[in-house]
Amino acid sequence: MLEFLSYLISGISLGSVYAIIALGYTMVYGIAKMLNFAHGDVIMVGGYVSLLAMTSLGLPTWAAILLAMVVCTVLGVIIEGLAYKPLRSAPSLAVLITAIGVSYFLQNSALLIWGANPKVYSPIIEGTFKLFDGKLPISYISMLTVSVCIVIMIGLTIFTSKSKMGKAMRACSEDKAAAQLMGINVNKTISLTFAIGSALAAIAGVLLCSSYPTLMPTTGSMPGIKAFTAAVFGGIGSIPGAFLGGILLGIIESLAKAYISTQLANTVVFAVLIIVLLVRPAGLLGKYVPEKV
Amino acid sequence: MKKFNLKKTTKVDFATYLGVIVTFIVLFVMQNGGMLSYSMSGMLVPICCFIVMAVSLNLTVGILGELSLGHAGFVSVGAFSGIIASQSLIGVIESASLRLAIALVAGAIFAAIAGVLVGIPVLRLRGDYLAIVTLAFGEIIKDLINCLLVGIDSKGLHVLFNAKGLLTVEDLHLEEGGRVIIKGAQGATGIQTISTFTAGFILIMITLVVVLNLTRSRSGRAIMALRDNRIAAESVGINVTKYKLMAFVTSAALAGAAGALYGLNFSAVISSTFNFNISIEILLMVVFGGLGNIWGSVIAAAVIRLLPELLREFNDYRMLFYAIILILVMIATNNPTFKNMLGKLIPKKKGAEIDG
Repeated sequence: MLEFLSYLISGISLGSVYAIIALGYTMVYGIAKMLNFAHGDVIMVGGYVSLLAMTSLGLPTWAAILLAMVVCTVLGVIIEGLAYKPLRSAPSLAVLITAIGVSYFLQNSALLIWGANPKVYSPIIEGTFKLFDGKLPISYISMLTVSVCIVIMIGLTIFTSKSKMGKAMRACSEDKAAAQLMGINVNKTISLTFAIGSALAAIAGVLLCSSYPTLMPTTGSMPGIKAFTAAVFGGIGSIPGAFLGGILLGIIESLAKAYISTQLANTVVFAVLIIVLLVRPAGLLGKYVPEKV
Repeated sequence: MKKFNLKKTTKVDFATYLGVIVTFIVLFVMQNGGMLSYSMSGMLVPICCFIVMAVSLNLTVGILGELSLGHAGFVSVGAFSGIIASQSLIGVIESASLRLAIALVAGAIFAAIAGVLVGIPVLRLRGDYLAIVTLAFGEIIKDLINCLLVGIDSKGLHVLFNAKGLLTVEDLHLEEGGRVIIKGAQGATGIQTISTFTAGFILIMITLVVVLNLTRSRSGRAIMALRDNRIAAESVGINVTKYKLMAFVTSAALAGAAGALYGLNFSAVISSTFNFNISIEILLMVVFGGLGNIWGSVIAAAVIRLLPELLREFNDYRMLFYAIILILVMIATNNPTFKNMLGKLIPKKKGAEIDG
């Protein structure tokens, strides 16, 4: 039972990282209707920047995280402006390929700047919290990850439902032309979405590398794909959906690793995804919009 | 000169065949004359394979209009079934070409079966959801093959599924003189490399004949009608599942054959060779060449495979250049401002464009 609980906790912790990444995916998808494949690589950049800030610059942890967030936000806005903005009216496949190009670009730049060798990432907080006389250790980093994830989820929900910019974002994702007629600056809103998504990616990068302390130029791609899966799982475009999808995906992955097979953990995750999509074609919390003829 | 009264599409198709044949003859002569560098002649078969993969994916993405991110999954199924077929027939069939042909057919059949299994449930989904499920399928195939142990001896094929990662080659209990074909995560090793450039050319021609004839047939028009307007197509009585599945399975089978050819070109192949990046690379070829444009896919596949090679002098920077070229080409061909600029330079083409 305790064993099960510890797998469950590590699953929730992993799932929280996925959820934070998935939130970035889902917001960008909701507003720009594009799969931002470069999102996973922004995570990697966030990881490297925070690592360098802590080791080379000797900044305190909070400042390193802040720096990573600033760098990623700027990076996200630049990517959006240079690569995606010219393609606003292009077919979605062209944008997808461009996003893949950006992803290659980031990975190879990282390869040139930081080299291919994995770097060891020192977790931002260490130590474990012990329950039941030390039989159920919970690392502080998992607790931090889960709480950060919940805070972000609540924050984003409030932001999109209450604030003016958040409402503008929802309006843009609903109908861009109508939003523009209402005096919303669509381009600015999309840039803002990318900025928020990239800042979240930086946080995710720090948390991911703290839980799995190796950092390579390709570190971001698999979590990126998983988070994308999580976003679709929960219903892409929906913020609570991304949260739920991420957590569930993490739990499924962790339990599958423990009880089915380490090698087949990804297979189980993806098989569950396929089954869920067959039963609920728009994801768990996604709205199924019937086509009007 | 006598003027042929052919339809424009027919002319394009014949030009495609002719182009491929001429290129093959030129390259074949150059290769035999020793005019190609070692690395270049090593790339001929992989380029042929990628051309077939790109053309077959174009059938799904360009003609059927469904985004697939798991084409490498079908390639992988084809590659490993082709390798098993070819390796187990060593000693039974002496002729390497015949073994290669059997391997390609086996690859195509198994990939087609995978295509049916995936296609029936999955083609109900649309757009990005279909994309994510095909992506998931590709990853699943990769993991499953990673767990596969296959060997052969006089009693026949021995297959084990190494789910827990605890079994080894010993557990196959092969007889004396038996051969191990696939060693789980280490992949297939000791493959007899029987792929040839000529086989690659023949496969390209078969693929072109199949895809072009399908596209220009009644079924092909039904498939394109589904792409352009599913509801309208359905309302005039086109069987959605049947035609979607037809395109999807044909595409999978061709990818499988290409996979078998690719697998038999190397002495060792691991399942992670056919990962997500390969799916993306094939998709890239399709989009670069133009959706639904078959000869475009052929050229794009060759160029994209050659590009990193041509950029080799930039050494470490070559993938960076590759990425930048990719982004710039996408922007140049899709941005309205750039398009207008290009449109002024190049005289306008008549006829409607195919949009994604």
